[in-house]
Amino acid sequence: MTMAEWALLVLLGALSLASALGLLLSRNAVYAALFLVLNFSVGAVIYLLFNAPFLAVTQVAVYAGAIMVLFVFVIMLLGAERLAPAENPPGLAYQRPLAIILAVALLAVAAWALLSGAQIEPSPSVAPRPDSSPQAMGMWLFGPYLLPLQVVALLLLAAMVGALVLSRKS
Amino acid sequence: MQLASSKLRWFLAMADFVPVFILVLLSTGLALLVLLISVLFGPRRRAQNATKLMPYESGMRPIGVAQRRLPVRFYLIAVLFILFDIEVVFFYPWAAAFRALGWYGFANMLIFAALLLVGYVWLWRKGALEWESVDKS
Amino acid sequence: MMINSTDVVAVLPFISVALGSVGLLIADLLIPAERRHVTAWLAAALLLTAAVIALSLLGSPTFEAFGGMVISDPTAFFLDTLICTIGLVTILLTLRYNQVRGILRGEFYILLALSISGMTLVTHANNLLILLLGIELLSIPLYVLCGIARPRLESEESALKYFLTGAFASGFLVYGIALTYGASGTLSLQTAPAAPNVSGDPLLLIGIGLILVGLGFKVAAVPFHLWAPDTYEGAPTTVTAFMATATKVAGFAALLRVLHGGLPGMESTWQPLVAIIAAATMIVGNLAALAQQNLKRMLAYSSIAHAGYALVGVAAHDTTSVVFYLTGYAFTTLAAFAVITAIGSSEGEEMQFLEAYSGLGRQKPLLGAVLAIAMFSLIGIPPTVGFIGKYFVFQAAVAKGLVWLAVLGVLTSAMAAYYYLRVVMVAFIREGSAAAPLPTPSAPRNLAAAISVAAVFVLGVVPALLLSMIGNGMLSTTP
Repeated sequence: MTMAEWALLVLLGALSLASALGLLLSRNAVYAALFLVLNFSVGAVIYLLFNAPFLAVTQVAVYAGAIMVLFVFVIMLLGAERLAPAENPPGLAYQRPLAIILAVALLAVAAWALLSGAQIEPSPSVAPRPDSSPQAMGMWLFGPYLLPLQVVALLLLAAMVGALVLSRKS
Repeated sequence: MQLASSKLRWFLAMADFVPVFILVLLSTGLALLVLLISVLFGPRRRAQNATKLMPYESGMRPIGVAQRRLPVRFYLIAVLFILFDIEVVFFYPWAAAFRALGWYGFANMLIFAALLLVGYVWLWRKGALEWESVDKS
Repeated sequence: MMINSTDVVAVLPFISVALGSVGLLIADLLIPAERRHVTAWLAAALLLTAAVIALSLLGSPTFEAFGGMVISDPTAFFLDTLICTIGLVTILLTLRYNQVRGILRGEFYILLALSISGMTLVTHANNLLILLLGIELLSIPLYVLCGIARPRLESEESALKYFLTGAFASGFLVYGIALTYGASGTLSLQTAPAAPNVSGDPLLLIGIGLILVGLGFKVAAVPFHLWAPDTYEGAPTTVTAFMATATKVAGFAALLRVLHGGLPGMESTWQPLVAIIAAATMIVGNLAALAQQNLKRMLAYSSIAHAGYALVGVAAHDTTSVVFYLTGYAFTTLAAFAVITAIGSSEGEEMQFLEAYSGLGRQKPLLGAVLAIAMFSLIGIPPTVGFIGKYFVFQAAVAKGLVWLAVLGVLTSAMAAYYYLRVVMVAFIREGSAAAPLPTPSAPRNLAAAISVAAVFVLGVVPALLLSMIGNGMLSTTP
């Protein structure tokens, strides 16, 4: 990677982190949804930077597009644009400090793993960086990944049946 | 050599996205410009009384809250939209590699689409696409 | 790469169940609403066919297919047979129970079949992507099945809790798969740790750890078990029976595929971890079961405890004993649930509390006997299959030098006898209460109970029958 790409990556990482924090900390559900859009979009640019244009477009089309529509619908469905200040039930007061400790521990372990790993980038013999253009994706999906592709169709089918069962009276 | 060609491909791929970046810059710039113009030239009155804050000064008084709950049927439509959206995502790489994949790819895409088509017909016949009235849902 | 007949044969049970569930979807449209039980019988025929197909493939040698995505060995086909049979018995249980509660719907059987198709894929997974997709395909229909008794509040609660923890578990699984891929550059279970400089890479270790956490949720191992009691209690009892047996088997199939079938040369890394989880699961599951007054909830903790015993076999790296244990556990638990689905008023109110079973053994000796046999097998009293299963698992542990784990297993089994025997006491010794409802008659349910009880005794007396079918376990294809 060149210096410029590194700089861009750091910038995007910071933006991604900031939007995630904004999502968590905003008390207004619509603002949180907008932060999520920003987060998804930044993710798409990061994919682009990692030479995965198809994934980037999918991220925008499916996540920033369709999934966000679902989020906004839920917000409207519940009429819960504004969140009441969270109150911990009395018996569960220990949960918040415990969660913070565990999160910090997870972060520390992840940092240790990344820093102490023998190689950050796998050697080319292990992982040849695959071509991820849409054409190449097509060749992958209908070649070695044919079985997973058809399983995805079944998964979507199951979700369709489930959505109808859970949202309608029989 | 391998590395150089992959680098080249990366730049070529990036070049495809230059119009997208320009579009993003333009739309962000335009939005900021419009906001800026209204801040600069819009009337700013300090006086803020209840009448001023109403949506229509001379219209009806608003009744109730603006944030109404929506019926769950909107949600069903949104979920079904996502499912078919994901289906379409898989069509795209197939179309891009259409010639190379040939009839074999076509047959497999047909199976993929047929599985979801059965689901679609099932939903249709079950009335999931009907806009049922509120008292029924 | 074209697919050929070998590829199709390798996952033939999966393909038949998957295509069959699509067929059920079409049939559901053609069958009028008042004849819903036809869909149930069609689903039963489908599962019977799939079970026979899987059984006929038991003799085939081990081979990979779809470019190494899936693997087929006798153990995988045996697990397919077992899962399809459990599904079949579950359908027999549903016919009366679901009708009484107004959930005899075509969707129930479509979702059940789709879930089973996911399970029959997990048993063959040789690639982390297939593993993930299989687990999702088995889970998503189950989330819906738990909530199918909507608008019953406990059913909705059950579905929500199962969905939230299940989605959380899938998150762990995906993170683990991503890290494993990041460390090794491959999704194949065979080659992931074999890549140079990778087997000791902390990234790989964390990845595998997260995968174990995700699968731990699915089999309800301690400390990832907290969803199980509420979900099992609130779901319709037929769904609970299916979850406690088939899902448990499929979850263990995934664990076995990852730990025994894949990751060659990493046994010393995961063994202590699995042993500790097994010990915790046995202790916590049995201790919590002691305090339960609700039979469904007690069986939920019992299922956790039995996951612990199966994990002993996993830790001992003895696939055959784990599969045998799960088979015995599944049929025993199905027998117990056959009795629970029988007890209940015709209005659909369930009798889950132990009190409702007092005097059952006198009023309905056969039903009481089935319940007693199930409890004896869950304790592990010969000549039931529960005894042989525990014997194999503990023997495997001792052979691997995990003597402490075997001793702990025996001790917790003795402890478990208290709460299982209490059920038998209540059913046979206590006077029948006036409130105790009479069971609703149902021939298919009686057939299901008979199959389960027969399996408990046959496998308990001639375990060799099953051992020869399971085969030599999962062997990784790379030496």
